Amino acid sequence: MIEARGIKKRFGAQHVLNGVDLRIDDGEAVAIIGRSGGGKSILLKHLIGLLSPDEGEVLIRGLPIAHLSERQLLDVRKEFGLLFQSAALFDSMTVHENVAFPLRRDRQLTSAEIGMRVDEALAMVDLPGTGAKRPAELSGGMRKRAGLARAIVYRPKVLLYDEPTTGLDPIVSDSIDQLIKRLCEQLRTTTVVVTHDMRSVRAIAQRVLMLHEGKIYANAATSDLFASTDPVVSAFVKGVSTPKDLLL
Amino acid sequence: MISAIASRFTHAMEGLGSVALLAQEAMSSIVRKHWEPGLLLYHTYFIGLKSLSVVLITGAFTGMVLAAQTYFQFHKVGMDTATLAIVSISMCSELGPVLSGLMVAGRVGASMAAELGTMKVTEQIDALRALATHPVDYLVAPRLVAATIVMPMLTVCSICVGILAAYVVGVGLLGIDPAYAWHNMIHYTSVEDVVMGLIKSVIFGALVALVGCYKGLNCQQGAEGVGRATTEAVVFSSITILISNFFLTLVLTRLFTKS
Ligand SMILES: Nc1ncnc2c1ncn2[C@@H]1O[C@H](COP(=O)(O)OP(=O)(O)O)[C@@H](O)[C@H]1O
Ligand SMILES: [Mg+2]
Repeated sequence: MIEARGIKKRFGAQHVLNGVDLRIDDGEAVAIIGRSGGGKSILLKHLIGLLSPDEGEVLIRGLPIAHLSERQLLDVRKEFGLLFQSAALFDSMTVHENVAFPLRRDRQLTSAEIGMRVDEALAMVDLPGTGAKRPAELSGGMRKRAGLARAIVYRPKVLLYDEPTTGLDPIVSDSIDQLIKRLCEQLRTTTVVVTHDMRSVRAIAQRVLMLHEGKIYANAATSDLFASTDPVVSAFVKGVSTPKDLLL
Repeated sequence: MISAIASRFTHAMEGLGSVALLAQEAMSSIVRKHWEPGLLLYHTYFIGLKSLSVVLITGAFTGMVLAAQTYFQFHKVGMDTATLAIVSISMCSELGPVLSGLMVAGRVGASMAAELGTMKVTEQIDALRALATHPVDYLVAPRLVAATIVMPMLTVCSICVGILAAYVVGVGLLGIDPAYAWHNMIHYTSVEDVVMGLIKSVIFGALVALVGCYKGLNCQQGAEGVGRATTEAVVFSSITILISNFFLTLVLTRLFTKS
């Protein structure tokens, strides 16, 4: 179970998170939606202690992590997988080495087993045969999928995805959505997806949190969210800009 | 003006403190065996290979110019055969370690800062952390150990080449008596001079690696941030090498003369 209590984060004068409260139960699939630049990626990084809040607390299974040392956090993070928005592949390594990286700390695995697990993960994200390439030789969407393979290869109990389908074509997007859903249902992985893609939300999430102006503005079951009459929520869900959002 | 200088000074001191904290973290990572020794060979090879040529050239030309200058002055008082002794003592205890340190700072310190800085701005450091790997274990500790191993080797190479070059210049070009010059050199160069140079080189190697890694890990956003981290790594480690060299000479000489 992941819980955030009143987390606030400020960069200079900009209050990115302004008291976020949330609670995600084990095995649940939750989507976090919100405007670009609204602090979704920042929020996700707080949930695994990559950033520590200025105020508030994050609890993982009741353990407060906001002020643990980096070394204490490593143990907590072993159960987490995070797909970065930018994929964040190690560019000095091949795709295969990237995906194998989290497995290398498991001393019981032989290199043949590691190779098998890596190939399996690459096939799951529809990237078979790219293992020998370097991240620089991949397209943006392929990098995203390689990052996804790296996040799921060690079968973590909690998976956080930062815009997993952004920049992918609709068909691959759909297969990634199915993959995320499958991981959640078959392995009972707790799933948190940050996304702008309403199709993904529908396909994956049981519950949706909307981050708006640094707070959780809406917290609703997926079907309720799509039926919502709240102007902010329905404008986002339907994708309509109001006159003040127009650039000109 | 004064406040600007004061703020610069506190900034530098803060930097020094943070480097010391990084050193402590890296030491504890090594002692507690959290670090990844598998990467050591790669970094040792890489640091050595990258700096060898530049360290050798520096050593050779420093030895040569030192031989020439010493000879020109000593010739006036008829002490030609002391030339090599002067070259050898200064190369072993001061010039070898310091010049190699400065060269390695320019080559290796800069590339460490650029590499880690790029990793930082492209979220690769965060990715390491998310994959339950401590950046100090994986990035800093292997580089630190490699640098402290390689630096004395490079210094020894630089000293040998410097003395050899001085011999060639002194004997071949300036016509110093080879047997006497060589004998004087062996006679006057003490073990302490060599040990002092080696101790310094170990410290300088650690300094270059720590400052390079520190600047990389604390890089600001963007290409500009990486550029600044790289320059600062070179400047900061060069200055600390020069300053600490002075104090090391004082302390080590005191230690050696006492025992
Ligand atoms: N390292 C940083 N320094 C300063 N501001 C930042 C930093 N990272 C993010 N921000 C700011 O925080 C806000 C939220 O960013 P982010 O979480 O990436 O948004 P998104 O919801 O699109 O993922 C942005 O306005 C961004 O300018
Ligand atoms: Mg984002």
